[in-house]
Amino acid sequence: MFRLAVDIAFRHLVAHPRQTIALLLGTVIGVSMFLTISALTRGSEGEFIRRLVDSAPHITISDEFRRPRVQPADLAHPAGAVEVRHVKPVTETRGIRGYAQVLDFVRRQPGVKATAVLVGQALITFAGKEFAVALNGITPKEFEAISIVGEDMKQGSLDALAANPNGIVIGAELAKTLSLHLGNAVNVVATNGQVRTFRIVGVFRTGQVNYDTSQTFVQIKRVQALMNRPSRANSIVVQLDDPMQARTIAERIEAQIGYKSLSWQEMSENLLATLATRNVASYTIISAVLLVAAFGIYNLLSTVVGEKQRDIAILKAMGFLGRDLELAFVLEGLLLGLAGVAFGIPLGMFFMYLLGDLKLTVPGMGDEPISIPLDWGLDQFLLAGGFALVASLAAAYLPARRAARVEPVAILRGAV
Amino acid sequence: MSEAVLRAVDVTRRLRGDVPVTLVDSATMEAAPGDFIAITGPSGSGKSSLLYLLGLLDRPDGGEVFLQGEPTSGLSDSQRAALRLARIGFVFQSYFLLPEFTAAENVAMPIRRLGRVTGDAAMARAAALLASLGLADQARRFPRQLSGGQSQRVAIARALANDPPLLLADEPTGNLDSRASALVFEIFERLAKEGRTVVVVTHDMDFARRAGRNVRIVDGRITD
Repeated sequence: MFRLAVDIAFRHLVAHPRQTIALLLGTVIGVSMFLTISALTRGSEGEFIRRLVDSAPHITISDEFRRPRVQPADLAHPAGAVEVRHVKPVTETRGIRGYAQVLDFVRRQPGVKATAVLVGQALITFAGKEFAVALNGITPKEFEAISIVGEDMKQGSLDALAANPNGIVIGAELAKTLSLHLGNAVNVVATNGQVRTFRIVGVFRTGQVNYDTSQTFVQIKRVQALMNRPSRANSIVVQLDDPMQARTIAERIEAQIGYKSLSWQEMSENLLATLATRNVASYTIISAVLLVAAFGIYNLLSTVVGEKQRDIAILKAMGFLGRDLELAFVLEGLLLGLAGVAFGIPLGMFFMYLLGDLKLTVPGMGDEPISIPLDWGLDQFLLAGGFALVASLAAAYLPARRAARVEPVAILRGAV
Repeated sequence: MSEAVLRAVDVTRRLRGDVPVTLVDSATMEAAPGDFIAITGPSGSGKSSLLYLLGLLDRPDGGEVFLQGEPTSGLSDSQRAALRLARIGFVFQSYFLLPEFTAAENVAMPIRRLGRVTGDAAMARAAALLASLGLADQARRFPRQLSGGQSQRVAIARALANDPPLLLADEPTGNLDSRASALVFEIFERLAKEGRTVVVVTHDMDFARRAGRNVRIVDGRITD
């Protein structure tokens, strides 16, 4: 019976070539758009996350606590009747206590690279202009292994900091703002008023204007001296082999050492939530395209069932069962779906190829053209194909049920 | 006398509604192999309704229809469909050929559904049946390419596809000219002579007179 049902379904489709082609186009465009837009969505998401992950440490351990420390009086008398107001905590030098031990503990975690950083605010002055920046005190070799800044050097290198204790590496945007060049000497003023002269030994460009304007790098010992914080670091930056594990590892580290450990996901929660919302919107739109195609199939099959009442009646009179006819009409939907997938996938791949070949120049990213990020995998093809087939089958099911319920006597009596 | 192929005993069919209508009222009749029976009567007298009951297309509200001695009222829809497929052939006034299939494919349709032979064998049998009805050269034509008489002969070939012992026809010559009608009559007569039971509902009194037996129905009741 199956072959006969396929034959009946196929003949019905061939008998209405214009309608069939129009419906087929709906499914083909739906499947190809599904693939193209999902590849764009995933590609841009991947690219965005990669930039997010690469541009900042995977985990940043700072010299802060999530909950402020409890004062000694509160610890000694948690239910005391006397309240002591205006208690001033002891003034202490900020920074991670025993950062060498903390760093040692962090480095013992599997798949982890870490280095200590002392970050402070400073003013860079040059030729009468001044600019507020973040002064990052680093150990050049260690930092280069962790950060992508080393890969984004346009002039000089991070390594040059090791050879030149008074060297400073700045971003290309800052260099442009202050008209600075490699080899220029700049004055750096710390928040405590101390001033030191550094020579520019490197210029980087990450492509993120804010980062390239505000971040500067010098040797950690110079920052410690400039800020009167000897042997201190206020941040430990961590790079992971698997960035997706950042949240779990950050929680583990914080639980052990007590200092606030922020994963890149936690730092970018808003952005990731926006990304998730955008993904839902994208998939809703492309699913709607396929649903519209499915409604087309439903319409065609409803019309065919309506037009074919007499044929259905005679087939049932002959001895065909309701389920035979149901099968034939469901197969009609399935054939449309299969053909839509068979033509839609190559068309979607063609669209992806065209988009992948496109080069765009983005303001602020230099003159180098960039490619549109695309990402596709077997799962997307299965999803597009599966969704189209399920939608086609669902669209065919209701008319098929109607065909199965046709009462031959009522039709034959009216027809003769 | 050989065993009846078809026997209806006190068969009644009513339509329920605001005004109940009795379509067939206690009809009793019998048909043996080789019988050629014409059912006649005025329009709306219940001829077609009786034919649908005899052909297991409709269920009686009372009485019993026996097919080759087996009672059929207790059978499920699918069992009745299986009986129709293997033992009953239908011919209608409007031919009811499937327009997307050729003449031969239309004839092969019940054979393929029965599934006892391969598709090729079904097509071969369909071609042979069409040839036996003088349509050998029309086998590959679509229904829209056939005349009324040719279409009705294709419909008869389709009714005979699974070699049923019983052939039921509802006004088979209603849409045909006299020449085509005469040809259809000859075919039915030949089939009856070959041992098949042929029951035909007709308005054509000439057709009825020439049939072997006449059953007249008025207001749902068989009168003679």
